[in-house]
Amino acid sequence: MIELLQFDFMQRALIAALLVGLAAPAIGTFIVQRRLALLGDGIGHVALTGVALGFLTGTAPVLTAVVVSVLGAVAIELVRARGRTSGDVALALLFYGGIAGGVLLISLAPGGSNATLMSYLFGSISSVTVEDVWVIGLLAVAVLGVVGVFGRELYVLCQDEEVARASGLPVRLLSLLIAVTAALTVVIAMRVVGLLLVSALMVVPVATSQQLARGFRSTMLLSMVFGMIATVGGLTSSFYVEVPPGAIIVIVALAGFVLALGLGRFVRRSRPQESSP
Amino acid sequence: MSGGQVTLDRRPVLRGIDLTIEPGEAVAVLGANGSGKSTLIRALLGLVPLSGGSTLLYGATPARFREWWRIGYVPQRLSVGGGVPTTIREVVASGRIARQRRLRPTGAADRAATARALATVGLAHRASDPVQALSGGQQQRVLIARALAGEPDTYVMDEPTAGVDAASQQLLADTLTALVEQGKTVLLVAHELGPLESLITRAVVLRDGCVCHDGPPPQAVGAHALPGHDHVHPHAEEKPASPLDWRPAS
Repeated sequence: MIELLQFDFMQRALIAALLVGLAAPAIGTFIVQRRLALLGDGIGHVALTGVALGFLTGTAPVLTAVVVSVLGAVAIELVRARGRTSGDVALALLFYGGIAGGVLLISLAPGGSNATLMSYLFGSISSVTVEDVWVIGLLAVAVLGVVGVFGRELYVLCQDEEVARASGLPVRLLSLLIAVTAALTVVIAMRVVGLLLVSALMVVPVATSQQLARGFRSTMLLSMVFGMIATVGGLTSSFYVEVPPGAIIVIVALAGFVLALGLGRFVRRSRPQESSP
Repeated sequence: MSGGQVTLDRRPVLRGIDLTIEPGEAVAVLGANGSGKSTLIRALLGLVPLSGGSTLLYGATPARFREWWRIGYVPQRLSVGGGVPTTIREVVASGRIARQRRLRPTGAADRAATARALATVGLAHRASDPVQALSGGQQQRVLIARALAGEPDTYVMDEPTAGVDAASQQLLADTLTALVEQGKTVLLVAHELGPLESLITRAVVLRDGCVCHDGPPPQAVGAHALPGHDHVHPHAEEKPASPLDWRPAS
């Protein structure tokens, strides 16, 4: 572990991994509770267009990815709020549009090819620059700040939208807030695990702690711990074994889920029977 | 509630309803399945958009209404959502949301109100259990406790007795009786009044989206069966009573 920290690129990568492991499950808990587990995937696809746009216009891909994925997230939320029946089809259309747009735009960019997109699709944490770390840090603070300030309201919203409205909460604003925060998280996690695996960090740690925790807050805190273990653990092992960090991070997270599944069943069985008539 | 008037036009669910709930009343909305009971109370709160007419909460339209803490809404059932576990205390404490400022942390008053609400519904000893482990009747108690925690003036309840065991029904009746005695307003939707019958001061019976009775509640349990009983509760449209459709002796 000590020798890892001797490399600058590894230091940067570890900081990025830690921040992502912390932020993604925090907002992910609300997203899972809202039955929007695939929201992250949708935004990830759209973000690809943003990355390509960055290459095409010669601006930082992270910045254009933020702009485009926020716009995409708002679009998804508006579609969701309007008509629930065609919501999943509209989401699918956005998925395909995002990928196709990305591939199309990157081919127009000077010197760009699908290979350029690969590092964004599957992540390239070892190439994280100092600037990237700052951007990731700022976005992570923003995501955690949203959860800290609006957490109580988001909890009511994700529990029951009608009750939220009957409590006088700004339901539309909060829904947009969740979508935008998810978009920011996608962009942070893009460099670490890649756009195609972003959603895993928002969903898998939550699913893991769901097996063990009894409350909403404890689920969230536990999922943040699991998220950090997965990102840092995966990254560290990718340093010793020659494997792509993004993939190993997700595999570590999934292994944790399988473990928790068995452990959770054991814990529940040893607990006194809960349901009385 | 000083003024709640709803007129719904061109909608098959509710077809032109005028209704005002006065403060301190205990009103039951009765009617067969599909008569628009739940839609009515949700429209009153502005949760369902009106296709015509208007609704006022304490004299303000739902969009302009700011004093949401005055209303405690109890939905038909607890929505478990995406399955993230949550404790009874967390759900009940969230009833304080309309009274809390965004940046102010949960205070002693919030915690005290939550504890009182939990004790009222007899769930204080299980406060850290996940709500997912509860039976339907107990989940209903959690929902009622959430409304109690907000300490509102008006309780709006959607079928609080549906699918709830006799003990929970009696507890609900006792709780509501105490609230009415404190001068709170209660508006609830019910299929059968059961033990709530004694506290209801006014019944509104819906049929095909229209009010077909508004006044004193239907007579005591036995009177339902009497010939010549003229209340307009649409028995004909209800499914026939099954052997399981029993009522606790009052």
